[in-house]
Amino acid sequence: MLDWLAQLGRHGLNFFERLGRGHLLLLALLRGVPGLVLRPLLVVQQVYAIGVLSLLIIVVSGVFVGMVLGLQLYNTLVDFGAEASLGPVIALTLVRELGPVVTALLFAGRAGSALTAEIGLMKATEQLSGMEMMAVDPVKRVLAPRFLGGFIAMPLLAAIFSLVGVYGGYFVGVGLLGVDEGSYWSQMQSMVDFDDDVMNGVIKSLVFGVVVTWIAVFEGNDAVPTSEGVSRATTRTVVHSSLAVLGLDFVLTALMFGVD
Amino acid sequence: MGPFVYMAEEHNPPLVQVRGLRFARGSRPIFNGVDLDIRRGQVTAIMGPSGTGKTTLLKLIGGQLRPSAGTISVDGQDVHRLGHRALYELRKRMGMLFQSGALLTDLNVYENVAFPLREHTDLPESMIRDLVLMKLEAVGLRGARRLMANELSGGMARRVALARAIALDPMMIMYDEPFTGQDPISMGVLVKLIRSLNDALGLTSIIVSHDVHETAAISDYIYLLSDGRVVAHGTPKELGRSSSDWAQQFMQGLPDGPVPFHYRAAPYAEDLLAGREGRV
Repeated sequence: MLDWLAQLGRHGLNFFERLGRGHLLLLALLRGVPGLVLRPLLVVQQVYAIGVLSLLIIVVSGVFVGMVLGLQLYNTLVDFGAEASLGPVIALTLVRELGPVVTALLFAGRAGSALTAEIGLMKATEQLSGMEMMAVDPVKRVLAPRFLGGFIAMPLLAAIFSLVGVYGGYFVGVGLLGVDEGSYWSQMQSMVDFDDDVMNGVIKSLVFGVVVTWIAVFEGNDAVPTSEGVSRATTRTVVHSSLAVLGLDFVLTALMFGVD
Repeated sequence: MGPFVYMAEEHNPPLVQVRGLRFARGSRPIFNGVDLDIRRGQVTAIMGPSGTGKTTLLKLIGGQLRPSAGTISVDGQDVHRLGHRALYELRKRMGMLFQSGALLTDLNVYENVAFPLREHTDLPESMIRDLVLMKLEAVGLRGARRLMANELSGGMARRVALARAIALDPMMIMYDEPFTGQDPISMGVLVKLIRSLNDALGLTSIIVSHDVHETAAISDYIYLLSDGRVVAHGTPKELGRSSSDWAQQFMQGLPDGPVPFHYRAAPYAEDLLAGREGRV
């Protein structure tokens, strides 16, 4: 019983220690971000590595999610004779929810894991230590550009996901199932509000961008510098950031749409 | 100590002074009161069996780790009392050669050597090119400048790392196990490079190693570490003649002596009998 309690205490202490280290790193990252104004190339490289290289999975997933939404929603709406509302329903689902959330989950799997593995391996091969000894702060040179790159890339990827999703729904709804093209677009235009819907989606994706990239960068930097340590850290990035995205999505949705 | 030696030391204090250094990893003590001086212009070796914390000592000197007690001063500055900015300024004057080379794997040889110059200076590209080629020429790898880090052999990677370490013309270089895992030719090249760079550039070098012959051949002074303490020190000749059992065991590579062959364990018979009770 005492052993069990001691073990519980150790786990608790470890958890809070990591939480503390994570927040200290976040502060250091935020301090490192303003200096990047003078070195935009470092950020552009990361937006390319994190954002542009994730485009394929985002676009393909967006198209399929949009097509599935088209099929599913059409079958439900047609029962009420409301298939003309297919456009706005698909758009609202994507812009408010699925765009930011699914993009963040894919982003965690594609870019987050890559970030953790890259930083963890740089630590394991003493590249970060080497930079420190060359008087180059790895937080400013390596971690902050990746953090800012993720923050910039995430809302752009979510916007692209929503856009291609709307076209996927259009292809199925209008192209295959015969929904009127004019009502698909015009109802979407009249029912999707820029401030309430689009901006709230953008805010969500910005929050998810910060959280996923922060977790990925922290896990890489905090990884035990062995192959097993890096592998565990990569897994933790995907699991923790996916859970954080889903939990935060509920909180943000409740704040944005839950209380009138 | 004669008066001339005393006066010379007065005017030329050691570049690195370690006093009463204590450091522990968890509950395991690594250093238990280490004192040593690294003199300017010399090649000083810190040697000892594996696991004596030689690499840790370099990280302590470089300010990457913090001691639990004691002081380390480099060029008159207490490393662990410096703020972040001052520490980084001091590190610009220190070079460190890691055991793995620690080259940036996304850059080629040229860009690796140019890295500290690009980070710390605003030199025009033509001057960076000249400096990089000069440093690469010094280590004999000017022709390899377009190779990526993963295309280099272990010995070449260390030479590129050495070129990078001298890119900013530091006052001292710390070598972490520079000879480990090298073939005889690479080893010979590194041995020659360390000594010749030290003398030609007026550097101060600290070599952490357990390769006795190679290190002793180029060192002016040697400290032997064991069990968290300096157990012997002197010039290579002095240590070779030393009556200390430690020094003799280490310098001659004897399997048993003050450093026992066996790791600390329960008595052998008792340990074997414990297997019957299902214990590991």
